[in-house]
Amino acid sequence: MDAKIKETILNPIFKGNPISVLVLGICSALAVTVELKGACVMALSVIAVTALSSLVVSLIRKTIPNRVRIIVQLVVVAMMVILVDQFLKGFAYEVDKQLSVYIGLIITNCIVMGRIEAFALGNKPWPSFLDGLANGAGYGLILIVVAFFRELFGSGTLFGFQVLPAGYVGNGLVILPPMALILLGCVVWVQRSIQKDLQEK
Amino acid sequence: MEYLSLFVKSIFVDNMIFSYFLGMCSYLAVSKNVKTANGLGIAVIFVLLCTLPLNYLLDTYVLKPGALGWLGESFADVDLSFLSFIIFIAVIAAFTQLVEMIVEKFLPALYSSLGIYLPLIAVNCAILGGSLFMQQRDFGGVGESAVYALGSGIGWYLAIVALAAIREKMTYSNVPAPLKGLGVTFITVGLMGIAFMAFMGISL
Repeated sequence: MDAKIKETILNPIFKGNPISVLVLGICSALAVTVELKGACVMALSVIAVTALSSLVVSLIRKTIPNRVRIIVQLVVVAMMVILVDQFLKGFAYEVDKQLSVYIGLIITNCIVMGRIEAFALGNKPWPSFLDGLANGAGYGLILIVVAFFRELFGSGTLFGFQVLPAGYVGNGLVILPPMALILLGCVVWVQRSIQKDLQEK
Repeated sequence: MEYLSLFVKSIFVDNMIFSYFLGMCSYLAVSKNVKTANGLGIAVIFVLLCTLPLNYLLDTYVLKPGALGWLGESFADVDLSFLSFIIFIAVIAAFTQLVEMIVEKFLPALYSSLGIYLPLIAVNCAILGGSLFMQQRDFGGVGESAVYALGSGIGWYLAIVALAAIREKMTYSNVPAPLKGLGVTFITVGLMGIAFMAFMGISL
């Protein structure tokens, strides 16, 4: 594995994380983090969609006319999302119900479009695939961190198993939507305290 | 009365930003000053208002299980609902393109102030989210979905203008360095969300 590929994989996970540094794909990141299970399924779906659609767009990048490229990209992404959605409906119906519209909203997840525009249109299929994979993983990492804290403090469980002592009274505020934002703010805070070069002036 | 209740509910209770986090990317990126926030907000209201009823009609007469019944007996059990993502996003993308061309031709002043944000709306989750919620909640008619579109658009507009105003003021305050910019914005939106929760449970 040469240095460039290693960089392609590692950069999006920490230094150029799509959520906490580039601010892409926040919409779905927050809504599905009440429970770890949903967050994991969402993370895997996004990884699959970004990786596969980057691969496909990169394969056809020389034949896409520049003027209509957004629509072509949207169609490719929508196709991948339909595949993921049908797969989930078939094999994990309960989780699919719980994630409701947010699976469909992967189409408009800025990470997918952003990576296609910024990377897949100008690179060979294999690096594009890895780039999509790594960006999906960076997204998933934040999702799982936020979901971990929300499920742990919100209901005292992890993946549905009781972790905190049985007498623990769930913190209702953590389950509510606004708390996801505040937790995400804290994640950004921690990351930027460690990596000082990311701080804004 | 029913319309009014749905309208108020979609602005305050089911606010696109604070309870569903839809359209968050452009919400955070374009809320640095009130003027541009205003422009984007209006564009979102407009596109939502136009695409949602259109998607409602498509859903009812083409996509739903059995929706093609009006074509004849043999189509009565066709179920195209798995195509809804691709159809909805195609309608939205085509429509934004259309709006962009019309605005460019007839209202050049508005175009130059909105210009860059118009194409971005195609990938704004709030628009596609509106259509998906419409499909999920089984609205009763075009009127109802138009009212829902208007309400959720206005809710989004209010949220972005409010955040832009707060961020304009916040440039003067002393925020810890690692929190500056993105971090404190997240926390502000969270606090605004808690404030908006006061509307929970309201029904007319």
